[in-house]
Amino acid sequence: MKINKTYEEINEKISKGEAVVVTAEEIISIVEEKGLEQTAKEVDVVTTGTFGPMCSSGAFLNFGHPTPKIRMSKVYLNGVNAYAGIAAVDVYLGATEIPEADPANQNYPGDFNYGGGHVIEELVAGKDVRLEAYSYGTDCYPRKKIRTFIRLQDINEAFMFNARNAYQNYATAVNLSEKSIYTYMGILKPNLGNANYSTSGQLSPLFNDPYYKTTGIGTRIFLGGGTGYVAWHGTQHNPCADRTDKGVPRSPAGTLSLIGDLKQMDPHWVRGVSYIGYGVSLMIGVGVPIPILNEEMLRYTAIKDEEIYTQVLDYSESFPQGIGGSLGEVDYGQLKSGTITVQGKEVPTAPLSSYSKAKEIAEILKSWIQDGKFLLTEPVESVPSVDSGKKMNPLKIRR
Amino acid sequence: MIKHKVVLLFPAAVVEQPFLYHLVKDYDLFINILRANINPKKEGRLVVELSGEEKNYEKGVRFLESGGIEVLPFEQQMIWNEERCTHCGACTVMCPTGALEMSRPDMIVRFDGDKCVVCEHCFKACPARAIEAHY
Repeated sequence: MKINKTYEEINEKISKGEAVVVTAEEIISIVEEKGLEQTAKEVDVVTTGTFGPMCSSGAFLNFGHPTPKIRMSKVYLNGVNAYAGIAAVDVYLGATEIPEADPANQNYPGDFNYGGGHVIEELVAGKDVRLEAYSYGTDCYPRKKIRTFIRLQDINEAFMFNARNAYQNYATAVNLSEKSIYTYMGILKPNLGNANYSTSGQLSPLFNDPYYKTTGIGTRIFLGGGTGYVAWHGTQHNPCADRTDKGVPRSPAGTLSLIGDLKQMDPHWVRGVSYIGYGVSLMIGVGVPIPILNEEMLRYTAIKDEEIYTQVLDYSESFPQGIGGSLGEVDYGQLKSGTITVQGKEVPTAPLSSYSKAKEIAEILKSWIQDGKFLLTEPVESVPSVDSGKKMNPLKIRR
Repeated sequence: MIKHKVVLLFPAAVVEQPFLYHLVKDYDLFINILRANINPKKEGRLVVELSGEEKNYEKGVRFLESGGIEVLPFEQQMIWNEERCTHCGACTVMCPTGALEMSRPDMIVRFDGDKCVVCEHCFKACPARAIEAHY
């Protein structure tokens, strides 16, 4: 490789306002026009983005103590249960939690109009949220119940901590059965009525750094409109999934665990969402900058939709029953065109993850870096890659 | 000839009267009923497409209003909340008429009220609940 830049060199250019930053969409045509070497010389950072439902998300909150004090053991925020099995006035509010009184799927398919994701969105929007907490009472924390209102700006700490975000690839969901099904991939109409997929393709963070060479623990990112960090590899991180010769996985592979200050976030990029018949979730905006250290990193970021493949899975039978078996491989160019062909049938597609919002995130992150407000960080530790041998294990039922 | 999509709200007191018959017979209007419903309070709601000579249309609307019926323009009743929409496209594969459509390659959802037949399939298909019915 002829080009070799360090994080320090790139950060120095960023600080001086001289860094050349482009999005993962823009880089494609630049590389096609100028070639790898010239472009690697000119471009310092490529920004990525994704905005989709990410269920394994939530927030740690510390409310502060009332007088007399309380060791909260059951906590509800706008009626949604938050996990209180940690210190006295700390909770973890999960994105997919629904109110205890929600009929869920008893009236199938349930509406799931409100849940943890919506509470997080309302907190981020600065709205009053009703807090209700109960305790068994102790000598040091005598209070047994409290009912009040909180606002994000008034509570001590609020940080998002997401166990699994930014999935590197995801399946395309279809329904081969004869009735509509209601899934976390949206409503799937019978007899291959539609095909829903969920990544931002060529803009998606881990498609642009397929071996996690610059994205690792400590990487500073865009999270929900504020700055956040990669905390760890995410749950179900599966780096050894089958890959194309460009290194891109053909099925769900890497994931990231992310952390960020809720107080910096913007409700535009933190959105509670409802999936009929399935439940609630949170759409979060994530953007990861990729330093163009050399031609190799540039080559990864120049990946385009037509070079990224995924598997079409039947969510009526083979997915829920864990039978496996792809109905075929499609690329994101086809998926984005609006129709794919499955078993000889033209099937309309919908993304679920918002490409236009992903693009907006990559643009925002680009402007932060161009303005010198956002410096890049070298990972303090890598997340497991293809050489780790890490596999995803199913849960075996023991008797 | 003009054609308008309107929402008609019938108070309980008049819900049993045959207004549509008069629109056809007395005002020579074409009526295409897209959605009809009477709630437990006996109030009626019709989403219809009315077409005919402009003069007749106006007289017909006045006739309805004189009978206590509210005639509301459809575009103000079925609203796609662009601010709330995340452009995820989940609605676009549920919409049978292409009223909600993903514009490509910019991947932005657009709503064309003229094509909407008020099937309401999009309401719950939208994860962000960005489609609002005000009727």
